[in-house]
Amino acid sequence: MEGKVALVTGAARGQGRSHAVRLAEEGADVIAVDRCGQIGTVPYPMATPDDLAETVRQVEAADRRIVAAQADVRDGAAMKQVVDDGVARLGRLDVVVANAGVTSYARAEDLSDEMWDDVVGTCLSGVFRTARAAIPHLKADGGAMVLISSTEGLTANQHMAHYTAAKHGVVGLTKVLALELAPHRIRVTSVHPTSVDTGMIHNEATYELFRPDLAPGEISRDDVAGPFQGLNALPVPWMDPVDTTEAVAWLVSDAARYVTGIQLPVDAGATTT
Amino acid sequence: MALTSNHEGKVALITGAARGQGRSHAVRLAEEGADIIAVDLCAQIGSVAYPMATPDDLAQTAKEVEALDRRIVTRQADVRDMAALQAAVDEGIAELGAVDIVLANAGIAPQLTSDPDPDHEQAFRDVVEVNLFGVRNTVHAAVPSMIDKGQGGAIVLTSSTQGLTGRGGDGSGGMDGYAAAKHGVVGLMRTYANWLAEHKIRVNTVHPTGVQTPMIENDEMTAYMEANPGISAALENLMPVESVEAVDISNAIAWLVSDHARFVTGVTLPVDAGFTVK
Repeated sequence: MEGKVALVTGAARGQGRSHAVRLAEEGADVIAVDRCGQIGTVPYPMATPDDLAETVRQVEAADRRIVAAQADVRDGAAMKQVVDDGVARLGRLDVVVANAGVTSYARAEDLSDEMWDDVVGTCLSGVFRTARAAIPHLKADGGAMVLISSTEGLTANQHMAHYTAAKHGVVGLTKVLALELAPHRIRVTSVHPTSVDTGMIHNEATYELFRPDLAPGEISRDDVAGPFQGLNALPVPWMDPVDTTEAVAWLVSDAARYVTGIQLPVDAGATTT
Repeated sequence: MALTSNHEGKVALITGAARGQGRSHAVRLAEEGADIIAVDLCAQIGSVAYPMATPDDLAQTAKEVEALDRRIVTRQADVRDMAALQAAVDEGIAELGAVDIVLANAGIAPQLTSDPDPDHEQAFRDVVEVNLFGVRNTVHAAVPSMIDKGQGGAIVLTSSTQGLTGRGGDGSGGMDGYAAAKHGVVGLMRTYANWLAEHKIRVNTVHPTGVQTPMIENDEMTAYMEANPGISAALENLMPVESVEAVDISNAIAWLVSDHARFVTGVTLPVDAGFTVK
C-alpha cells in the first residue's frame, strides 16, 4: 500500500477505524470520513469527533498522513467535497472502503419512514454517493473498491427489512460498478460480515431484540452470546473488527488482482446453507 | 491483533500436485512453513486429450518444496481409488503427522479435445469420477486425522467458473460432466462446512477462470477453441486478461487457509477476472 491513498467511511471507530489503521500500517495515507453525530432513529450512540480524533492519532502513529472530515455519506455534495479535498491534499486515490452503516430494529409494518430512510440512506445511498465521489479519482490509475455489505446482504433476518434491503442493494451496486469500471482497472467487491464485536451490536436495543425474555436494561453481553452464536456455523458468537479488515486488506491488495464483482462472506458460516 | 500466515509445523495434503496449480499451491504453502503430502496420478486418462502429468513432474514439485527446506511425501495415487488414496494419505501422515490443510485440486478437462467424435459417455464418467468423486475421497481420506488432532483446520476445494455458471456449454459429455462435477463440488463444500464447523474445520471453494497451466495451454485446447469460436467468445473474462496465473489461485488459497480468514467458511470464492459477474 506504500504510496497509495485509501478513503474509508465510517472511520471514527469500529470496523472503519480498524480498516483505516491497517491500511495505514501497510503504507497507505488515509482519507477518513465519519458523520460523528447522532441520527435520530438510530437506537445506539453513534461515533463522536473524539472517536475520529483517535483514528487520526492511530494512523499518524503508523507514520502515515490522514485527512479526516466530518461528513454524512447521505449528502452527495458533502461527499464530493471531502473526497475532492482529500485527494487534493494527499495527491491521489487508490482504495475505497465504503463502510459507514447504521441500523435500527422493527418489524416491517412498524418501520417509520424516518427509520427506513435513515438506514437505506446511509447503508445504500451513502455507499453509492461514496463510490460516485471516488470514481473520477480512481480512474486516474485504477484501484480497488470494497463495499461493506453484511450477511443481511445475502440472507434475511426479521426486524431488519430496511437494513436487509439496503445491504442486498449493495450487492447489485457492486456488480454494476464492477462491470462499468473493469475497463478502467478498478476492481469492485463486497464483503459480508456476520456480527462484529462493536458498539453496533453491543447496545441495549440490540440486546432487547436478542433477549426479549429478559428485563430491559438488565441484559448482559453473556446473555446474548448464545443467540448470537446461533447465527453462525462456527462456534463463535461474533468476530473482531480485524477479521473484516483482513478480508478488506486482501481484496484491495495485488494478491487479489483478478478478483472483481464478487461477494465475500466473512461470517463464520452464517450464510452457508 | 496479529493474525498470521505462518504454517510452521502444519501439514498440507494437496492432490494434483505434480504441476500447474497444485505445484504452485505446494510451493506457496511450503514457503509459509508447511510440510506437504503431494498426490498425483502421474498417468494418462483415456478421454483426456492433452498430456497429463508425469512422475518427473511430481519429482520436480518435491525438488521445489525441499529447496525451501520443507519436508514432502510424494505418492502416485488415483483420487478415484479410495483405497489407494487412503494408503497414500496414511503414509504421508505416518511420516509428517496429522493433516491440517487439505487442497482438493486434482481435476481433468476432457471437453478440451479436437476429436470430432469423442466417447461422450466415457468422458462424462471420467470427469465426474475425478473432479467430484475424487474430491469427496480426498476430504474423507484426511478429515479423520484432522478431527483426531482437534486443532481445527482448513479445506479448500478447487471448483471453477464452471461451478457457478454454464457459460460455454456445448452438450458434449466432457463439458456436461465438467460443469456438473464443478457445481457438485459446491454442494460438497456446503455440506462439509456444516459437518465440520463444530470441529473448527473451515471449508471453502475457489472458482478460477482459465489459468495458465498445461490443462489449458496445450495444442488440443488451441484446436478446440479455433473449432468453437462461439465458446471461445463466451469464455472471455470481464477484465482484459485472457487467463490468470497459477499464483493468483495460490494467493487466494493461501489467504483462505491462513488465520487471516479464521472465520471464513462455506464461501464460494471466484478468482475469475470478473467472469461470473459478466
